[in-house]
Order: sequence, then C-alpha cells, then structure tokens
Amino acid sequence: MLAYIIRRVGQSALVLLIVGLVAFAMFRFVGDPIDNMLGQERTAEDIERLRSQLGLDQPFVVQYYKFLEGAVQGNFGVSYRQGRPVAEILLERAPATLELAMVSGVLAILFGIALGVFTAIRRDGVLANAIMSASLIGVSLPTFLIGILLIYLFSVELGWLPSFGRGETVDLGGWTTGFLTESGLKALILPSITLGLYQMTLIMRLVRSEMLEVLRQDYIRFARARGLRDRAVNFRHALKNTMVPVITVIGLQLGAIIAFAIITETVFQWPGVGLLFINAVQFVDIPVMAAYLMLISVMFVGINLLVDILYFFIDPRLRVDRSGGH
Amino acid sequence: MKTTLAISMAAALLATTATVNAETLRWARSGDALTLDPHAQNEGPTHTIRHQMYEPLIIRDVTGAFEPALATDWAPSADDPNVWVFNLRQGVKFHDGADFTAEDVVFSFERAKQPNSDMKELIGSITEVRAVDDFTVEMVTDGPNPILPSNLTNLFIMDKGWTEANNTVNVQDFEGGEITFATTNANGTGPYVLQSREPDVKTVMVKNDNYWGIDQFPMEVTEIVYTPIQNAATRVAALLSGEVDFLQDMPVQDLDRVNNADGLVVKQAPQNRVIFFGMNQGADDIEADNIDGANPLADVRVRKAMSMAINRDAIRQVVMRGQSQPAGMIAPPFVNGWTEAMDSESTTDIEGAKALMAEAGYGDGFSIRLDCPNDRYVNDEAICQAAVGMLGQIGITVNLDAKPKAQHFPLITDGKTDFYMLGWGVPTYDSEYIFNFLVHGRESDIGTWNGTGFDNDDLDAKIKSLASNTDLEARNADIASIWRVVQDEQLYIPIHHQVLNWGMSEKVGIEVDPEDQPKIKYFTMN
Repeated sequence: MLAYIIRRVGQSALVLLIVGLVAFAMFRFVGDPIDNMLGQERTAEDIERLRSQLGLDQPFVVQYYKFLEGAVQGNFGVSYRQGRPVAEILLERAPATLELAMVSGVLAILFGIALGVFTAIRRDGVLANAIMSASLIGVSLPTFLIGILLIYLFSVELGWLPSFGRGETVDLGGWTTGFLTESGLKALILPSITLGLYQMTLIMRLVRSEMLEVLRQDYIRFARARGLRDRAVNFRHALKNTMVPVITVIGLQLGAIIAFAIITETVFQWPGVGLLFINAVQFVDIPVMAAYLMLISVMFVGINLLVDILYFFIDPRLRVDRSGGH
Repeated sequence: MKTTLAISMAAALLATTATVNAETLRWARSGDALTLDPHAQNEGPTHTIRHQMYEPLIIRDVTGAFEPALATDWAPSADDPNVWVFNLRQGVKFHDGADFTAEDVVFSFERAKQPNSDMKELIGSITEVRAVDDFTVEMVTDGPNPILPSNLTNLFIMDKGWTEANNTVNVQDFEGGEITFATTNANGTGPYVLQSREPDVKTVMVKNDNYWGIDQFPMEVTEIVYTPIQNAATRVAALLSGEVDFLQDMPVQDLDRVNNADGLVVKQAPQNRVIFFGMNQGADDIEADNIDGANPLADVRVRKAMSMAINRDAIRQVVMRGQSQPAGMIAPPFVNGWTEAMDSESTTDIEGAKALMAEAGYGDGFSIRLDCPNDRYVNDEAICQAAVGMLGQIGITVNLDAKPKAQHFPLITDGKTDFYMLGWGVPTYDSEYIFNFLVHGRESDIGTWNGTGFDNDDLDAKIKSLASNTDLEARNADIASIWRVVQDEQLYIPIHHQVLNWGMSEKVGIEVDPEDQPKIKYFTMN
C-alpha cells in the first residue's frame, strides 16, 4: 500500500513539474513584459538593463529552474505589474475567490440536489419539465453572458443589486470577508449565481438520471410493496444510493469552480485571484502567471491524488490486485 | 474668550456646511494606478491618481494650457540662457502640515533623477536644481531648453522631511518588488488627501480643507471613491445603474446607450493621440512582402498610393461610429507645429493611387503583412481590417496579423515589422517629442519608435538642434520645415485623431481633458 501511495505521489509531482515547464515555455508567446513596464520614453539601455535584471535574457528552462528554486523556499518572485511580492498578492486575493467559490458551491449542491430529486420524482410533471428545459440554458449559455444578463436585469433595470465589486468587507486578521456586511452579502449574490449555475445544472441532471436509475431497482419496488411512505422510499433509500457518483463529481467540480472563477471575476470586477490572473496575462506579468498556474495545478493534482488514495481504501479490488503478487 | 467662542462657532458652522455639502464622486475606469510613489512609474492612469494628491510646479488645465500650481510664475533667467527661474507659491502646506519650500522642490527633482526613477528621462536635460531662497528655485540645463516647463507637468513635489521620516528618500525599486512607505501612502500638497487604498480594488480620497486653492477652484467633491472596473460591459452597467458617477474608458459602442439614459451624459473632445501606419522604407528587401530583391515601400510613390487608398471618412463612420477625426499629419491638434493645412492633406483617390502604383512598377500590386495591435487603441483591429479592404482596391493584398499589445509593440521597437499600426500621444505638446521618437534615425536613445528605417542625417541634426534653440520663431520655422519633409516623404500614413469620451451623471460638471487626466478639483456637483 505504501508503494502504491508513493508511486501516486511521484506521478503527481512529475505532472506538476511538466505543467510548470509547459507554462514557462508558453510565456514568451504571451508577449514581452518589458514593453509594459517601461514608458514610451525608455531607451535601448533601459530595456537591456531591465531584461537582464529580471533574467528574461536567459532561456526559459533557466527561468523555470530559478522559479522552482524560489518556489520551494516560498518565494514566488515579484509581480511586474504591481511591484509587490506575488505570495503577498495571492494571499490578499485568495479570500475573495474562496468565499465566492464556497457560496457558489453550496448553492450549486443544495439547489442541484433538490431540483434533481424533484425532477426525478415528478418525472412527467409540467414544472419538472420546465425546470429541465430551463437547465439547458444553464449548461449551454457561456458564463460571461449569464453574468452580463444578470447585471442588466438586477443592476441596471431593477437596481436591486450591485453590478461590480465585493461591497464593504471586514478584515479578520488578514482574511477579508464580505459575509459580515449587508453590501458584502448583496455583492455575493449575482457572481455566485453566475459561477454556480453551470455546476448546479450539472449536479441536477446527474442526480436526476441516477435517481431515475435507482428508482427502477427491485429494492425500491419492494420497499413500495412493503407499504413504506414515499418520503422514506425517495429520500432514505433512493437518494442515499444516488449520492455515490454525485459526490465524486462534486469533489472534482470544486476545483473547477475555483479555477474557472476567472470569467465570473472579470465580469463582476470581483477582486479575487482569477481577475489577478487575467490582469497578469494582459500585462505579461510572468511571476503572477507562474504562481497562479502552479497553484491551480497543485490543487487539481492534489484533489486527484486524494481521490486515488481514497479509491484504494474504498475499493477492495485494488488492494487484492496489488497484493496478489506476494 | 470672545475670540475662542467666535472660532468655535465658525468651526461648528464650517463643520455643518461641510456635512450638508458632502458630495461623493464615484469614479471608475479600466485600470488602477500601479503605485503611489510619485517617481516610480511614468504611466497615464498612475499620474491621474497622483494628480489628486500631489502637485507639480505647473499643471495643464482642461484646455491643455499651462496653469500655475506650486510655482506661481516661471521664466528663463535673464543672465544665463541655460537657467530657468521658478517662483514658488507661498503659504502652501503638505497634508501632514509641513510647510512647502524650495528645499522640497530641490529634493523632489533629485529624487526624480535617481536611477530607479521612471521620470528621469523627462528631466534628463536638468543638471542642477538650486534653491535661491525659500521660494525661488533655479534649474540649470545642459544647454538652453526652451520647452522645459512642458516636461514638468507630471513631476510631483514631495515633502523632504516626510520622506526622511518614513525612510522613502529613495524611489521605490519597482522592478525589484520593493515596497516603500510612499508606495501605499501619500503626502502631497494636492486638493485631496488619501484615506484608504486597496490596489486594484478601491482608493478613497477626501477633500483637503487646507488646500491653498480651495477658493480658486470649485472643489465641490468632498470624497472621491475610485474603482477600477476592467470589463467594459460591467463598467457601463455600473454607470447605467447609478453605482458610478463618472466613467473614463467608455466603450464606443455604448455611447448612444449612455447618452439616451436618463440622467447621464457623454462628453467628448479630441484626444492627444493620433493613429497611423508605419512602413519600412529603409530596407533593401523586406520579409513581409512577396517581392524578392526589392522593397516596394522604399518608393515614395507606393507610400503615397497607399495613403490615397485609405478612405478615412469611411473608417470614421463605419469603424469608429463617428468617434474620430480624420488626420493628415501625425501630430494631435494641440501640439506646437500642427497646422490645419497639413492635417487635411490626406485625400482618397483610388484611380490616382492605381496610377501611382503603375508608375512605380507595381501595377499588378504585391502582398504584404500588416501588424496590428488588438487591445491598445479604440477599435484598432477593426481599423486594420478596413485598411485591408481599401488597400486591396489598388492591388495590395494585405495579410493582417493582429496581436495583443504586449506582442505587437516589441515588433516595432525591435524592427521586426515592415508595415504596422502605431498610435502616439504628445505629453509635451511640442513637435520635438514626435520627431525625437518617430522621425529621427534609430539610435539607442533616440528614434526608438521609428520603425520606418528612415534616416536622414541633415534632418537628424535639425531635430537635435530644436532642443536648445531659444529663438522660438526660428525654432517653429525649423519644426515646419521638418514636417514638410515628413509629409512629402509620406513617412507615415495618418489615419485619425482619437476622440476621448467621458460618461457621467448629469450632476457632474466637467469638460473632457485631452490628456485623459481628470483633475477632480475642477469638478462641480449639483
């Protein structure tokens, strides 16, 4: 078992290294950061001086090595655009993204499961069919369009909710939170719906189809034959058995919510790490791009590693196969 | 006793009027200031934020004309042509209460000349700044410099004592990631005082009740809340929904919507920026075309024909939705040296252009790559697309290659493009600035943006002599003669002057500043 885990960890580390290498190989195609950093009055000497000062005159492999060298010591370099340490900026921005992701995730899970169960039980109902049709919109419309539509409706036309920003935030020892003020909570509504809508419809459709599958099973029929109440059949027996694949998907989607907050954050000027990344790409802010990409890949690889290791515990066949050689 | 009472009553009265008239200006544009350190970055939006809190010796008003700020008047010294004398404003205090004196000016200029300063090129000609007395400063230049004041309008004055007390005597090492006290704090003499700042999120400034010009300017805004909003649609939505009172970086396609909305207006003015195409005429053969062993762009007839093929009115109407002013020269209209006659020299004449092409031996046309930015100027890529069709009419097959600015501009400065789009603004309001960067032959510190390969030694000498020619009439004559060469050579193909749009709530009263640098002290609120 230890060998299995070590092998998985080793593979994950290799994936991370390759992601970093590919990222650094791509940066040069994003453009030349020097151009954004110096004004139009700069001279050729200024450009040369800055280029060698930043190490941009070296091959990307060397740049990557230097980045790794700093990263293992917790030093992700300095943002070209803001002139501040990247680690500090990321820490400052993380609460905004994590709070948004959390609220979207909770909304997606709650509504996704509730609507999924509802549409499965009332398969042929008018309302259930209406929800199913409406969910197509959630799956097919691009996030930025949903965001703009929500802004148009709730901010411009109705004037109920703010169109941008986080509202007032409260600083709790380095963690800024929008949960404690009215404007902060209001500001969360539209972005979290925008971000969570896709996941919600995904979970809803998954729950529905799993549930329909389960409801056809013999034990459900027997349960009904025994005269159990609908509620007990649907929720105690059917839903429980539906949840296994749903939880796996939810776990993986959690990473996606954080990683793909980029678009939502841009539309709502949400001051999180996604917006930071978009700004970094436009400015060719290599240290920020590198740190962000590494962070996201660490997150994805970490989740997958965890899932792999969990399988090992959950699925006895894996254990049997591995120990079969002895 | 009586006086104390009177004072406290007056204070109470002031306090009530202040609260009664509290006017918050919520202001948004696409980007944020990069730093607050007055000398660390020479960049438009960064200067704009600083202008509310710090002041230079001289500023430009909404028409672009000089206006005294911390200097009350200035003139070249009668005794020495290499010296400018500045008389400083008396009785001015920094936000922390310290007095403003000549010592602070000397200190700020020395600071701005440090190696880490991004402002050092602008004042490169200054060799010494000395305080004659508490309110007189002399600036010595390395030769007569008739347009020195033009370079000082973004050079902010800091308090010497404050920087020493807070350990920020040295300019922030921006590239090295240094953060100093001055990066996140501000202590200027300006009309607004920094209250709080989260980079990229929100900056709040409040009215400086001790400002020297409090009675001279409207100063009706008591609090400024500045928020960068990057996404154009969100930015406009914020204005439409009333969450923002004043908006810069208005998207052209939303102008009508904002104008038609209740309580909102769009104001516009020609911007200090001209858009044009450059052509590499200097090389014997160019890579971007399909002609081997020759460079069609080297022939002035081809360059003229290309200019004649561009229909600027069509670009204005179709691509720019009326938001541009066709150009005949590559100087914005407020710049010294601009003339209406030259600015209307561009004509559209397809038949004439075809004839010129035939005369030059390219009657069958040729193909060439056009490099264009897609995130720098208003509708930049769309302008290039329009040009592709127009040049096609005279047989030139243009392959458009549009890229983000971070990839586009290095092509020009590294000489890797033969046909490109560029836009140029002139912070000094003088043609010399244009010649230095776009007309002078390319060397390491001059002609850096001249991607045309044009290099004329006589003209270069003339351009260099402008810097020290104090006879303004002779100097203007030289400028006119240099422009004549630029026009006759068709060094560039001018397209148009950009128009600047500011969206605002009707209660905000301000005219558009051609430099896109609103100074909130001029704003009225009703």
